[in-house]
Amino acid sequence: MAAPETSTAAVPTLYTNNTLRNAFGGVLSFFILLLIGVMAFSIRLFSVIKYESVIHEFDPYFNYRVTQFLAKNGIYEFWNWFDDRTWYPLGRVIGGTVYPGLTLTAGTIWWLLNSLNIPLSVETVCVFTAPIFSAFASWATYLLTKEVKGTGAGLTAAALLAMVPSYISRSVAGSYDNEAVAIFALIFTFYLYIKTLNTGSLFYATLNSISYFYMVCSWGGYTFIINLIPMHVLLCIVTGRFSSRLFIAYAPLVVLGTLLAALVPVVGFNAVMTSEHFASFLVFIIIHVVAFVYFIKGILSPKMFKVAVTLVVSVGLAVCCAVIAVLIALVASSPTKGWSGRSLSLLDPTYASKYIPIIASVSEHQPPTWPSYFMDINVLAFLVPAGIIACFLPLSDASSFVVLYIATSVYFSGVMVRLMLVLAPAACITSGIALSQAFDVFTGSIKFQLSGASSNTEVDAAETSSSTAESQTDAVKTEKPEETAKNRPSRKSKKKEREHGEKPSTKAKAEKKRLLALPLESSVISLLLLVLLGAFYVVHCVWAAAEAYSAPSIVLTSRSHDGLHVFDDFREAYAWLRHNTDVDDKVASWWDYGYQTTAMANRTVIVDNNTWNNTHIATVGTAMSSPERAAWEIFHSLDVKYVLVVFGGLVGYPSDDINKFLWMVRIGGGVFPHIKEPDYLRDGQYRIDSQATPTMLNCLMYKLSYYRFVETDGKGFDRVRQTEIGKKYFKLTHFEEAFTTHHWMVRIYKLKPPKNRIRGKTKKSKSKTSSTTSSPKRSGTKKKNPWQ
Amino acid sequence: MEAPIRAREALGFILFSLLFSICRSSSLNHLLISNAERRIDLSSHIVKVYLTLKVENAGSTPTSEVFLSFPPTQVDHLATVEALVTKGKRKKTTLVRLDVKPTELPDAPNDAKYFAIYLANPLKSGESTTLEVLYLLTHSQEPFPAEIAQSESQLVYYRDSVLILSPYHIKQQTTFIKTPSTKVESFTRVEPSNRAGTEIKYGPYEDHPPYSFSPILIHFENNSPFAVVEELVREVEISHWGNLQVTEQYTLVHAGARHKGVFSRVDFQSRPTLNGASSLRYLLARLPPRVHSVYYRDEIGNISSSHLRTDSRKSELEIEPRYPLFGGWKATFVIGYGLPLQDFLFETSDDRRYLNFTFGCPLLETVVDKLTIKVVLPEGSKDPSAVVPFPVEQHLETKYSYLDVVGRTVVVMEKKNLVPTHNSHFQVYYTFKPIFMLAEPLMLASAFFLFFVACVAYLHIDLSIRK
Repeated sequence: MAAPETSTAAVPTLYTNNTLRNAFGGVLSFFILLLIGVMAFSIRLFSVIKYESVIHEFDPYFNYRVTQFLAKNGIYEFWNWFDDRTWYPLGRVIGGTVYPGLTLTAGTIWWLLNSLNIPLSVETVCVFTAPIFSAFASWATYLLTKEVKGTGAGLTAAALLAMVPSYISRSVAGSYDNEAVAIFALIFTFYLYIKTLNTGSLFYATLNSISYFYMVCSWGGYTFIINLIPMHVLLCIVTGRFSSRLFIAYAPLVVLGTLLAALVPVVGFNAVMTSEHFASFLVFIIIHVVAFVYFIKGILSPKMFKVAVTLVVSVGLAVCCAVIAVLIALVASSPTKGWSGRSLSLLDPTYASKYIPIIASVSEHQPPTWPSYFMDINVLAFLVPAGIIACFLPLSDASSFVVLYIATSVYFSGVMVRLMLVLAPAACITSGIALSQAFDVFTGSIKFQLSGASSNTEVDAAETSSSTAESQTDAVKTEKPEETAKNRPSRKSKKKEREHGEKPSTKAKAEKKRLLALPLESSVISLLLLVLLGAFYVVHCVWAAAEAYSAPSIVLTSRSHDGLHVFDDFREAYAWLRHNTDVDDKVASWWDYGYQTTAMANRTVIVDNNTWNNTHIATVGTAMSSPERAAWEIFHSLDVKYVLVVFGGLVGYPSDDINKFLWMVRIGGGVFPHIKEPDYLRDGQYRIDSQATPTMLNCLMYKLSYYRFVETDGKGFDRVRQTEIGKKYFKLTHFEEAFTTHHWMVRIYKLKPPKNRIRGKTKKSKSKTSSTTSSPKRSGTKKKNPWQ
Repeated sequence: MEAPIRAREALGFILFSLLFSICRSSSLNHLLISNAERRIDLSSHIVKVYLTLKVENAGSTPTSEVFLSFPPTQVDHLATVEALVTKGKRKKTTLVRLDVKPTELPDAPNDAKYFAIYLANPLKSGESTTLEVLYLLTHSQEPFPAEIAQSESQLVYYRDSVLILSPYHIKQQTTFIKTPSTKVESFTRVEPSNRAGTEIKYGPYEDHPPYSFSPILIHFENNSPFAVVEELVREVEISHWGNLQVTEQYTLVHAGARHKGVFSRVDFQSRPTLNGASSLRYLLARLPPRVHSVYYRDEIGNISSSHLRTDSRKSELEIEPRYPLFGGWKATFVIGYGLPLQDFLFETSDDRRYLNFTFGCPLLETVVDKLTIKVVLPEGSKDPSAVVPFPVEQHLETKYSYLDVVGRTVVVMEKKNLVPTHNSHFQVYYTFKPIFMLAEPLMLASAFFLFFVACVAYLHIDLSIRK
């Protein structure tokens, strides 16, 4: 894998056998890349083979639904789409609030296939978008790493990325989420940035902006790019690596990229207004100042330059202070200091848990544990430090970028487990560099030891064939603009130019290399160990792809002694809702199931996974944690006809609503203070057995989950909580069971019509809560707080 | 009991007023039915009526047409009418199928509709013959009460006339009605009538003039699930590479008494016989033998509850909908399977090919309200023509599938109100030149060839401006 195949540009020779050799190397690396692509695609098909070709989890269902809409109604309807099936009664402007990159990509693929009379369904296209783009991503990794450390490292990094578990977890077939295409866009944007940095070509700079635009279209993580690249530019300037190439790589990206980003409706003026983007503008100013200074320095004499510097610095400081003061005032005027909640929780990991329970409640926003690092990037975690060291030997513009990339992404992945995904490419690139360098050293020394005694000329040949060694020598001289063209694709004219400059350096290097050569035995053993490490990685990745990350989560399976058992309850419930309720019925559930309900059941939901309105979610949370009558009032004020709860107690499905219930209480209590978390806890412990608090046992969620549960086994033993439930026999007065799935995992209740409320129930409510129930109906639809 | 009598009087009055016109229509008046026996089977939701008529020609001219008449309410639900005649004497009797076609008679009373049975040999004067008629009625059992709770059983009404509606004089007639269980809430008594077990016997009644009518109403328990496929689209795609791909899209509904109130899973699971007795839990589809790659899914993915049993003569696919269907509940699903082509595609002597395939719905005991069969012929086939044993609506469409250029011809056949007896074979004839099979592989090959040529050309051309 890390065979020192030469890129055709690297070896300067006129001999025909060597050109043949180069051609062979080129063809070989092409086929290796092709195989890497095939592998990246096929390793993600475990989910289709083990389960079925189906969309996974939650968010992909929304994307799928949007894509269906796009395929059916076309692009203009899509931009103007106001979705009244969700966030009832508010609705959601889909076209303006969604990152359209993924949808447009899949929609385009679908349209293209259908215009070629290949009648694939939208679903099929959506299912296979992620594997296709992970093949693209591994090719982009090859290109990026090749720019940094040559072909060998590129191929290694591409192979590593093709099967890195962290990325697989987000891009298995069916996982139709933004990240699927965004990681490709991310790597490709970085590649084009490095390419521009190495060549100084405006062509690549423009491509870079377009690629950045695609990234902005695809994922909110584009802010990572627009902060990382300025950081790198700043690093280059500070370390005295400023060059015109750097300017060309950066300035067009900011100008064009920002203009293009503002075209995406969901970003719009955020591209110039929010703090996430300020760093890029600041660096944009700095790079111009620096460029100007270099320019002045070039035309002025040293003495005059000194005078000019003092003059400019004094004036410039004053202006800067003024500008900064204005900026600070602007930023401080906004409540969140111009940062979005998710970004803030990135900068301050404790922010979310303190202030925004809705962000904290998502499991993928939690900080990762150490085992999850090993699970997600496996041996790469050990190779990364070696790769960083390799990047410093010697440090070029490109390799400094990789170092910066890995450093920042390690920090981000430590904050949110979801951002492990950003770390994965960086880890693959650095590990690829490390592995490839190690292979170079070991194979080089084996070659040297085997043939070293015979003649020096052979050594030369061995040396020159190593592309990475080549790039090292070149990297030393990167300051010279002529040398920077070295990595351009082979063009005959370029090749000849460099043939002359190389010869002296190779000889000097041969001497150097001789000193670096390792003993034969140790290098052979080390090689074997490296191969073993790689094999371990491959085994782990295949295991992770097959076992850990392929479950679509809407279908569950369990293996028992009498074979495979399938729990298809979610789709059973959604199909029931789809066919046996009225088209305009509103279904209330916790927001996790919102996207699935709209996509699979085609019914209007109150809240969904796009958690943009905290109050609305808190209203549902409040209803779930209120006693039956109060809950009925809230739901009735929202026109809800059915309430859906997920209950795992019968079969032991742990991520059910009872386990999520504390978050409902917390989020509900955050907006409606009469819901207090301690009321639901007994001595700080969350429990549903006989020790549970009366508030807990009387809340709607408990009742809907455990209604008639005791009749299944006579005791009411909850298999998730491993305990008998506290309140076993009770009746529902305001709700009636409408449907319960085969394994009881989804239970749907119907709200009884209001007629029942007027008779007989009025006395009870009056004695209980005198003021609260009097006015909720009117304020309910306005939804500030019906409980104050 | 008064209403039927009045109806009979009214009918009689109409009949008298129409007497002259009926006399003018030749073949009607000189036939008479000496003995009629009718057995109505109500055990499933499809009503099967077996009618044995002994027809006598009392006139002077031979006739070859025997008319059956139906009230207009029944005609709408009439799925099929078949007639057989017994041939041979005593021991060597064979049954011969006769042509039955809907016809119009000029002076039909009260919009009665007619079916004509065409006898193979004209019935000469004084002769008699025995006809076996089978007709099936769908949607003829009306649930009452119309809404039932989960634990209740399903009761239905069945309405009919105790006297066979006929344009001929009937000398003697008897009607047997078989109910699915002994639980009969009520039935109209028309003496002589008696009930024993699951059978109600009406008759014998003597000498009733043409168009006699006496409505009866039977209220009984019928817990068989009323499986009705509202719409079924079967697509049969022929590939000359050796496969016949069948895709069937179902919209299934339980047409029995509507479900009311709660659905309790705990009751349904713990006491299945008492709760949801009329619910539709599974369906059985009878597929052709050697079926392969069977799938069963709906618009949101695979449905894992199905079993396939195959043997050399047939394949049985037992499918469970995602949820048990109670009255009024719906479900949609798709069944798809592949079949070996040589079992179904044959060549005629004049170099035409024909597909021989079953027409109806493979599900047992289901009514199909609307069936659309699409036979997708391979690209390049010409002169399609379909031969169906009963009248269907036909038209042609064009479908574009994988890499099609001119499109595939689709023969579309539509029929309403089908019952399992419609599962007879139909044929679609067409001509096809085998060279068309190679069109798509050649197209792909040439596309790749051109792509590689373009690549080679690009690599050999130096497009740079600077030299």
